[in-house]
Amino acid sequence: MKKVLAILLVAVMLFSFAACGSNKNETTAASGETTAATTPENAVIRLSTTTSVNDSGLLPYLLPTFEKETGYKVEVQSAGTGAAIQKAEDGNADLILVHAKQSEEEFIEKGFGVERLPFMYNYFVIVGPKNDPAGIKDCKDAASAFAKIQASGSSFVSRGDDSGTHKAELKIWGEGKAPDASKDKWYVSAGKGMGDCLNMASEMNAYCLTDKATFLSMQKDLNLDLLLEKGEDMKNTYSLIAVNPEKVDGVNTEGAKALIDWMLGDEASKLIADYGQEEYGVSLFTLLEK
Amino acid sequence: MDSIRQAFELLFSFDKELWQIIGVTMRMSFFSTTISCLIGLPLGALLGTKQFKAKSFIKKTVHTLMGLPPVVAGLLVYTLFTHYGPFGKLNLLFTVEVMVIAQVVLITPIVIGLSSSFIEGSSKPVIETARGLRLSKSKTLFLCISEGRTSLFSVVLSAFGRSIAEVGAVSIVGGNIQWKTRVMTTAIMLETNKGKFSFALALGIILLLIAFIVNALASFIVKDKKA
Repeated sequence: MKKVLAILLVAVMLFSFAACGSNKNETTAASGETTAATTPENAVIRLSTTTSVNDSGLLPYLLPTFEKETGYKVEVQSAGTGAAIQKAEDGNADLILVHAKQSEEEFIEKGFGVERLPFMYNYFVIVGPKNDPAGIKDCKDAASAFAKIQASGSSFVSRGDDSGTHKAELKIWGEGKAPDASKDKWYVSAGKGMGDCLNMASEMNAYCLTDKATFLSMQKDLNLDLLLEKGEDMKNTYSLIAVNPEKVDGVNTEGAKALIDWMLGDEASKLIADYGQEEYGVSLFTLLEK
Repeated sequence: MDSIRQAFELLFSFDKELWQIIGVTMRMSFFSTTISCLIGLPLGALLGTKQFKAKSFIKKTVHTLMGLPPVVAGLLVYTLFTHYGPFGKLNLLFTVEVMVIAQVVLITPIVIGLSSSFIEGSSKPVIETARGLRLSKSKTLFLCISEGRTSLFSVVLSAFGRSIAEVGAVSIVGGNIQWKTRVMTTAIMLETNKGKFSFALALGIILLLIAFIVNALASFIVKDKKA
């Protein structure tokens, strides 16, 4: 009995391997047809990016079109902006898509990046408890809203993780004016990603600065309202930077260039401008004027 | 190499935040280990010495739970203690207490499983002696635990090791809040996400050092008793 079972188990495993193998063949055959045999020599592009463009669904929405047209395969690694840039410096990416101007400029100054290409933006928004205890709804910008939150003593969840959003938040508080989490108990420095922080803010009845895309994609599960958007100090610009092959080994320069050209081209622009319309009735990203 | 140097610099700079994080880590690991052992060792001894109908089923369940993914344990405890959850009124989410609860869920099966195997393997002569001495049932159980204490000691240390090194569950229920629920593992995770890989590694080295010191102290105490 035991022998029979063992043989069956092995047979099942072998079969599943075989199934995987044949699947692979089918897909390559299929993509071979659509790309008319133009599959590039180095077909893998490694894109290191921030969570906000990947988790909001933008890249999963855009990239299949690019891959189908060019035969490239894009491997997306998403992390906070700090880690996204570090990975590129360590030689583990061909290009980056991030949103922290100062870190981007340092990246280029150190010779790791070729050129900063800002191409789209959206606005950070402030979300908070539905009854808005600090009364920030009518503030004209994020700085005055933050001041009201601080004065009211309402809780505020900060990313605290060196991400693009965290850096934007610190900039709004102003140089050296950010609350000190060791003394100000209302200021919660979470050290986590956007989604985790929003869940936490919802649990704690706290305010939070977030990118709009992540908030909209999670809104139905959160006990939070969108309270303030489109202050002048809340603009959030995204850039593409190709990794410099003279500084970093093994970079797929052609692949990076192909992806950048496509992202800045008309087709991607149209796709980006439409993104979010169907699901939320608003565009989540706006293209910069060229 | 850079990380090792950084680790020692950090330790000897007596950075206030680092020591606060080490404090939370030790408090959490100590309580989760103690509570899991208080629950797990007697149950393990029972499972190891008694014969009953559902024994093999319970053993399989315990062994399955020994492999419970930390993230699942964390999620489970999170859904219990979330604002609208059954225990939401207690306001325990994002506190050290709830981190201990999540770890107890995670570690107790390990204590039960490991201790029952050890006791099962070593208890026969002990039980026979106890029978000869006409000891009561609870005394027999206590004798089994105390006779196997050297091997059970390693069970306790495994529990502690699991507790101090665990990140998935404590990150979900604790929230990695600075000055409150941040422990060594979640701090390492955070520095990794920031891209500060060598600093994260330095924290990892410190974590290993702490674990080593605790292990050394514990075995010192046990040897002392034997002599």
